[in-house]
Amino acid sequence: MTGPAHTGSYLSDPRVRPMEWLPWVLALVCYFAAPTYLPLGSYILIMILFALSLDLILGYAGIITLGHAAYFGFGAYVAAILAVRVTADPLIGIAVAGISAGLLGWLTGLVILRMRGLTLLMLTLAITSICYEIANKATALTGGADGLGGFNMKPILGLFKFDLFNKTGYLYCLLFLFVAWWLVRRIIYSPFGASLTGIRENVARMHALGSPVYQRLVAVYTISAALAGVAGGLLTHTTEFVGLKVLSFDLSGDLLVMLILGGVGRIYGAFVGPVVYLLAQDSLAKQFPEYWYFGIGLMLVLVVMFARGGILGIVDRLLLRIRRGNT
Amino acid sequence: MLTRIIACVASMIFAASAGVAVAQTVKIGLISTYSGPTAAQGDQLDKGVKLFMKLNGSKLPPGVKVELVVRDDAGANPDNAKRIAQELIVRDKVQFLTGLVWTPNAASIAPLAAEAKVPFISMNAAGVGIPYTSDYFARVSFTLWQSSYPLGQWAGKKYKRAYTMVSDFAPGHEAEEAFIKGFKESGGVIVDSVRVPLAATDFSAYMQRVKDAKPDVLFGFNPAGKQATAQMKGFADLDLGKAGVKYIGPGDITTDEELQGMGDVALGVMTVHHYSAAADRPANKAFVAAYKKEYGANLNPGFMSVGAYDAMQLIFDAINAQKGKMDPQATMQYIKSYKNANSPRGPIAIDPETRDIMQNEYLREVRKVGGQLANVEIEVVGKMVKDPWKQLNPKK
Amino acid sequence: MQGFASSLVSVAFHGIAYGMILYVISVGLSVTMGLMGFVNLAHGVFAMTGGYVMLSAMSRYDVPFPLALCLAFVLVAAASVVLERLLYARLYSAGDLEQVLLTIGLIFMAVAAARLAYGTLQQPVNLPPYLKGQFALFGRDFPAYRVFLVAFSSVLVAVLWFGVERTRWGAKVRAAVDNRAMAQAIGINTSLLFTVTFALGSGLAALGGALGADIIAIQPIYPFENLITFLIVVAVGGMGSLRGPFVAALLIGISDTACKYWLPQFGAFFIYAATIAILLWRPAGLFGKASQ
Repeated sequence: MTGPAHTGSYLSDPRVRPMEWLPWVLALVCYFAAPTYLPLGSYILIMILFALSLDLILGYAGIITLGHAAYFGFGAYVAAILAVRVTADPLIGIAVAGISAGLLGWLTGLVILRMRGLTLLMLTLAITSICYEIANKATALTGGADGLGGFNMKPILGLFKFDLFNKTGYLYCLLFLFVAWWLVRRIIYSPFGASLTGIRENVARMHALGSPVYQRLVAVYTISAALAGVAGGLLTHTTEFVGLKVLSFDLSGDLLVMLILGGVGRIYGAFVGPVVYLLAQDSLAKQFPEYWYFGIGLMLVLVVMFARGGILGIVDRLLLRIRRGNT
Repeated sequence: MLTRIIACVASMIFAASAGVAVAQTVKIGLISTYSGPTAAQGDQLDKGVKLFMKLNGSKLPPGVKVELVVRDDAGANPDNAKRIAQELIVRDKVQFLTGLVWTPNAASIAPLAAEAKVPFISMNAAGVGIPYTSDYFARVSFTLWQSSYPLGQWAGKKYKRAYTMVSDFAPGHEAEEAFIKGFKESGGVIVDSVRVPLAATDFSAYMQRVKDAKPDVLFGFNPAGKQATAQMKGFADLDLGKAGVKYIGPGDITTDEELQGMGDVALGVMTVHHYSAAADRPANKAFVAAYKKEYGANLNPGFMSVGAYDAMQLIFDAINAQKGKMDPQATMQYIKSYKNANSPRGPIAIDPETRDIMQNEYLREVRKVGGQLANVEIEVVGKMVKDPWKQLNPKK
Repeated sequence: MQGFASSLVSVAFHGIAYGMILYVISVGLSVTMGLMGFVNLAHGVFAMTGGYVMLSAMSRYDVPFPLALCLAFVLVAAASVVLERLLYARLYSAGDLEQVLLTIGLIFMAVAAARLAYGTLQQPVNLPPYLKGQFALFGRDFPAYRVFLVAFSSVLVAVLWFGVERTRWGAKVRAAVDNRAMAQAIGINTSLLFTVTFALGSGLAALGGALGADIIAIQPIYPFENLITFLIVVAVGGMGSLRGPFVAALLIGISDTACKYWLPQFGAFFIYAATIAILLWRPAGLFGKASQ
């Protein structure tokens, strides 16, 4: 097999390759090897899930958005409000967060997905900003700028308590990430996934083929929003607090940067990007807050100029070169 | 400077995690705002902490060392702050948590500190209800009720109609509530109230609203820093002073480090607060002199620097009292009966019942002293004031 | 009733002052997007740099205010030519995603650089004495500086429109916006045209940033904080148009001020809601070309 080997698509072999088990093995190794890093670890897992949801619409369906935080934040706030007012059961919380974010995704998707390009970008931005403003102003419900806390999640299934070391939280996030990964993978290797790629590559031709472009986009947008909502709910449950940041434009921007850093449209870019970005941030940002941002910016510019495809793109090219060297 | 501290700290953490036990090192987790739009406030805390460490960093029992683990919360960002605190507790095993510019951040950390039994001292975050949510929380800064309630009572006797304009977050709401209660008790009338977004930089539309309502007095509150200057600028741009409106508020609106940049429009602004760099207490004169020596003659310490300085003093006193063998419960017992007669702001103490600060509140006016703007203390409006809100709302 | 009329006047006045600044900053972005099809999220960087240039020229080297304004325009326009040749020009044919990324990268770098150079504090604006104080008109007081802002920007807008409508260069720009391939085919040097137009747009942004330093505070996160507003002006007004963003900027300036004045409890909610409504009604903006 030649070319980018990791890019999943309808035409490639849908069986799980041995390499694809690597992230899960690593995640479990981290659980035992670095127990004091689990709060950070849970956050990274959550961002991977969030990035995966973005990859589905950006990498596969070609929807450029700067407003994906709307669904993440909506899920996070729904989970928190539910925990404060109704029930602090985590599984119910995740289900409700996912479903309501999916609903929001479906409703907004119905309205905005007829647009393309800058108009679509602006609409996603405006939707996030509206959500932010509502969360900021509806203080009775959301706590406004002070954030919403003061709730304690019940143990999962009544058995596993959320602890200070975040051991439970880590495995909890890992489990949901695994389910999401399986789901996204199924979608990508399906005919539905193939039609999404077709829309990304050439909308006009897909229309000509009689493919229901708009319906397909709405469907994938809804799924993606639901996944983002689950990620938001996980954040609420592991930190037992939610603040306005989860709805901010910065978060959408950071997420986009992480995904692109890893590599767009190849599932595992969403794994590599957040890990590299957040680990670097954790170790470097403390020492060099200014240089660190400068470095991230410079790296983005260099990636765009010389290394489109992100880290995994570079890996692909290196592998290709090695193989060529061998033959 | 910060990098050097952190690098040093990082190597210490590494040494500790590698199993090399450092005897009797007390670790203090310091969470403050070093980046983002409100880094100026974090800088105030940082200056207070560093000055204390320079002057008193070695005043410890023999064999005991103190190690600061500094982390950045990047602004009012509670979920991030909570994760940082969790990491400080779990990964760095700190014995104190302190710092905190922002109330939302402190509120999210407080229950965690109780769960982990880590004494948590607020250097600035003033949200009035936080002590009720955590038995391991104590505060050396202030509450808005301490300043705004007496200010309201005082203003109600002099003025009839008041307009309030506060930043839209918990301390702002508290300042508004406290002032209105005090003002009405003294017979005043509130014309209208407006809450301004925390991130606002242009106040002219809000100030126009005030101008058109023609009150006698405008009560303002903002989280100090650049917000204080921006609000003052809005007041000046619309010439509210000439329109017959008096500008008053807690000391945050004329915070000492920003005061020179506000210009002469600040002259005559009346505030009630616990600290002024211009106060002539000997302890304060020594503090201001040391501060200027360290950071330049043009820079005045603001109340946040003093909060940080006093918090470090309290932590060091607690360490000395237990000779470096820290027991969280004993520390909290010690803090509950803590008194410091020599703070730059005058005598301070911790209220044993609420673990909140008790301190004098001064009525001040901005005047020119030696060509420089200064918050001149006119009278003491309350001696060793307990937080009025907790008197009105005792914990059930 | 008189009170209402009076507040109407002041809201309109502050709104127009804010809107004018928004327009001066955003018009370059509109032209860049319309002409070159380039999603330049980093446009705010030019505005911020303009602000910093003016403020440091005034406070560190005692340059008089008018000269400092010119300096902001010239320096930023020159710097933008370098950027355009070095980075932007290579991505004219690339996809939106690459352009978005490149410009986000530039924002990150600019934010970090501004922090290193100026710290996090908002830069104080020391206006010359002749622009301070109040300006009495129809028995009402208006802040003198804002009156100057409105007047100066109006002149600027008039000159700009004249330039685009009546000069040869303007005709070329309009031709290239309408149909780039055809413009190229009839011998217009579009590459040079792009560079010059880009420089002019960036220079105007710098001028806007400097003029508006009093209203939109100059601080390191400026390019992020105001990005959404600039983009809304362009998207609502219509890319590539001159008049569209003008109407949109005034609309946003006035409605933002009106919301703060009458309905402060709603914050910026209406602006975003209006943006969505307008974009759904006219996807290409109020004055944009119908469909793409």
